[in-house]
Amino acid sequence: MSTYLGMPTLPVYGQGNLNAVESFPTAARRELKNEQLRANLGHATHTIRDKRLRVVGELPDWEDLRDAGSAVKESVMARLPELLEQFEANFTARGGVIHWARNADEANEIVRDLIRAEGVDEVVKVKSMATQEIGLNEYLEEQGIAAYETDLAELIVQLDHDKPSHILVPAIHKNRTQVRDIFLREMPEVDPNLTNEPAKLAEAARAHLRRKFLSAKVAISGANFAIADAGTLAVVESEGNGRMCLTLPETLITVMGVEKLLPTWQDLEVFMQLLPRSSTGERMNPYTSLWTGVTEGDGPQNVHLVLVDNGRSAALADEMGRSALHCIRCSACMNVCPVYERTGGHAYGSTYPGPIGAILSPMMTGIKSEENNSLPYASSLCGACYDACPVKINIPEILVHLRSVDVESKRGTRKVPTQMDLLMKGASWAFSRGRNLGLLEKGLPLGKLAAGRKRKITKLPGIAAGWTQSRDIPAPPAQSFRDWWAKEHEGSAAAGTAAQGEKRS
Amino acid sequence: MSSAREEILERLRGALKDAPAVPDVPRNYRTGVDAPEEERISVLVDRLEDYKAGVTVVDEAGVAPRVAELLREASSYVVPQGIEEAWLAEADAAKPNRRRNDSRQAPLSVADLDATSAVVTGSAVSVAETGTIILDGSEGQGRRAISLIPDHHVCVVRAGDITMILPEALRRLDGTRPLTWISGPSATSDIELERVEGVHGPRTLDVIIVRS
Repeated sequence: MSTYLGMPTLPVYGQGNLNAVESFPTAARRELKNEQLRANLGHATHTIRDKRLRVVGELPDWEDLRDAGSAVKESVMARLPELLEQFEANFTARGGVIHWARNADEANEIVRDLIRAEGVDEVVKVKSMATQEIGLNEYLEEQGIAAYETDLAELIVQLDHDKPSHILVPAIHKNRTQVRDIFLREMPEVDPNLTNEPAKLAEAARAHLRRKFLSAKVAISGANFAIADAGTLAVVESEGNGRMCLTLPETLITVMGVEKLLPTWQDLEVFMQLLPRSSTGERMNPYTSLWTGVTEGDGPQNVHLVLVDNGRSAALADEMGRSALHCIRCSACMNVCPVYERTGGHAYGSTYPGPIGAILSPMMTGIKSEENNSLPYASSLCGACYDACPVKINIPEILVHLRSVDVESKRGTRKVPTQMDLLMKGASWAFSRGRNLGLLEKGLPLGKLAAGRKRKITKLPGIAAGWTQSRDIPAPPAQSFRDWWAKEHEGSAAAGTAAQGEKRS
Repeated sequence: MSSAREEILERLRGALKDAPAVPDVPRNYRTGVDAPEEERISVLVDRLEDYKAGVTVVDEAGVAPRVAELLREASSYVVPQGIEEAWLAEADAAKPNRRRNDSRQAPLSVADLDATSAVVTGSAVSVAETGTIILDGSEGQGRRAISLIPDHHVCVVRAGDITMILPEALRRLDGTRPLTWISGPSATSDIELERVEGVHGPRTLDVIIVRS
């Protein structure tokens, strides 16, 4: 470890599809009205939860694997610059080419130039969160390059001109009948009698993409892991679309965040046990491909890797929150989240939804970006995400940390104190002395008056309205507990002690 | 390009100016499970069947008839350089002119492979607990494309190459070879998270396990 001697620098935040463009409560309110969405999500998340629990329960050493995974990722973050250089040396030595991209724009331009250098105007893509994050498909389309998504769920979303709502199953918000309707509408060659059986739908996708796979010159992928001591990349998938993209084209361009490293080949044994069971609830996913640079006579002969920062260095700089970068994108946290289950992924705005997105997005963009400061509040802090996380990211703790970052960020910027500032000041005054609280309690009958004959307060003013949005406050009593106590015990020792205590304070 | 590289590395070093400690990795998980061959075979069979793969367990002499049986309907099949010739003897004899040979030096085209109905390969190592067969592209396993494009993959696994759990298997592999891990036929869970077998990869996977 070398000690950092450079100038202190401000964090450089990421750009692209990382923002909630409207506040989470606003977006959630709209999404919650979509009953079909809620039914689809409820069904899907409960299916996957049960599967995950079953296969996780099979392993006697699941908690040991989580401990190892967490420690491996912590050491990756602590040694990130040196591991990147080691990976680069090994990958390059075997004929791979590495490109570095400071942000989304730079990554998109690099990919475009690499595609143009091959003289093609279409590419096949295997599902990748990094390319969603940087908005690669939209960018390539503007540049006259068609990017065909080949993962079934990504294909559904792309054909429907929709956005992904889940990092593993981007079309989780669609049910089988909706998928059938999209295929009938958007696939010209499809059998008009196509049923909504998932097996038939998968077959239609196979026929639709087959020619594309067999003729593609350039493929774009993400990567699940990059092994520093071997220079190896790994893609974990199910359908074989990944193998098609990684094996058949002449040119392969992989886009990956800088945090995805594992130090050693041995570490893969931990992560390939954690990831499949946590994500699809399978003992192992159907296909995993690993490649190290170029293999002569087997697979792509032009192998590129674009390493993307785009706000990861900013997230790394947050000592309290940097473990968010341990994420291996399994999606277990969203599958168990009571908030995600009801609102779905679109409410979070960012490419990364759910509990992990609620911490990762604002850390990568900075808390002040768009409406991202609303994301850390998109949680009841129940902690189910922490329990499910295969690398033990303490999401609730980071959520609370980011809430404080949000409050702090507002403090300096406004001359006029916010409602929250005033409320907190008021509370600090009220609770500092018994006498102050007593004075405030004299106002209780007013509350009773406000509650009216229904004996309920249904709407509070200002920021307190958030509290009454989904609950009523029962009418306050005519007197406070302290008043009642004092009257009940008038002249007795207890009251005397209370009074003495007050004098002393 | 180098300026982006330097700048990113500089940003990352700056982000770590608190010099966080590098923790020791506690490896208290299982790194090996001793089990007799019969047990390793039976667990692997159970897992593969769960994935809807076809599995048969045979002695060395039983491979050739089983391969021939599985390829009975195939109009053509591809085999990689270095494949055990004895395994193919019966299939080759049953119907002539079905066999196509592939190697890195003389590869079949993608179109040829697409017109080929089956592929027969060996395998490097398998993991019983997860039902995973790993191909590393060496002799008898071939280029990655040949076990991908034909719709029917017949894969021969030697019992001696089966480990109980994943860490044992990875120790037997060279990570820098092109590796393909196969756990059943291609599948998707993308519609309502229900697993459906058969998408872009081979829709039929038949595994022949050979007892030592």
